[in-house]
Amino acid sequence: MTDKLSGWNPELNTDVAEIRPGDTVRVHLRIVEGNRERIQVIQGVVMRLRGSGVDATFTVRRIAAHGIGVERTFMLLSPRIERIEIVRRADVRRAQLYFLRKYRGKAARLREDRSAFERSRQ
Amino acid sequence: MKRKALLGKKVGMTRLVDKTGEVIPVTIVELGPCYVTQVKTDASDGYNAIQIGFGPATRLNSPEKGHLRNLPMLRHLREVATEDSCSYTVGQVLDVTVFSEGELVDVIGTSKGKGFAGGVKRHHFRGGPKTHGQSDRERAVGSIGSTSTPGRVWKGLRGPGHMGSERVTTLNLTVARVDAERNLIAIRGALPGPAGGLVMVRNAVKVA
Repeated sequence: MTDKLSGWNPELNTDVAEIRPGDTVRVHLRIVEGNRERIQVIQGVVMRLRGSGVDATFTVRRIAAHGIGVERTFMLLSPRIERIEIVRRADVRRAQLYFLRKYRGKAARLREDRSAFERSRQ
Repeated sequence: MKRKALLGKKVGMTRLVDKTGEVIPVTIVELGPCYVTQVKTDASDGYNAIQIGFGPATRLNSPEKGHLRNLPMLRHLREVATEDSCSYTVGQVLDVTVFSEGELVDVIGTSKGKGFAGGVKRHHFRGGPKTHGQSDRERAVGSIGSTSTPGRVWKGLRGPGHMGSERVTTLNLTVARVDAERNLIAIRGALPGPAGGLVMVRNAVKVA
């Protein structure tokens, strides 16, 4: 049954960065304005990942002007995403970082996952 | 009116994503192959129709076996009224390729059963007030009539009762994609019934 549901989007690029909750990422988003195309970069913390396959989405939380938190959800495999760049990996112990909404400023920092950083350097 | 129709099994929903990132919600249906099991014409039956069959059957009774002589064991049989029934022959195989991308279709299925449902769920009654000293009124149907005149409840008054498990036709859906190799079709939007339920897909009959 399930395999009849798959294989409908063969041209979709499934080679995307392996992001995790707590990662600080830069999402390079293709934006079409009329007939012009430009890239917009959204930097923030990955607050959650959900779904699998073509249904997979992730939510990025960033702090905009005046300390206003802005959350934006993207399709993980969206062709509108040029690429996802991982800036920093944090040591987090839960899958959904909704607690970030309660904190602002210094309190909303996440401890960096040093081991991940070391591993990526080797 | 010329009609084409196929029987199939609803598989489930997924999404199609195009190159610009536009998402189309679709329902996948395993459609056909169907066999023409009987041809009815003006001369033979007084009207024009074909009967089509779908799906493997494990057991058929004798009358069914006789009806399906020289045909595979088919589980579901349905009649489709169509003017051009004489252009079909018994035993002819119809598959998804009778439909093409962008075409409008109607889908007929049996809706999911909801059991014995109250008035709020079944007929969108508003229910009663939640506060101001109310008890047992939140999902009540309210008044069902007057007093000694007429002294009874009007026939046909809407109320709680069995809901779902009925024939539902969804009109004018767009065919998003046809996969002839796997006998699958992707239809934009939701279809009646559970995954695994029998559906009939026909070309749209109420197109302006």
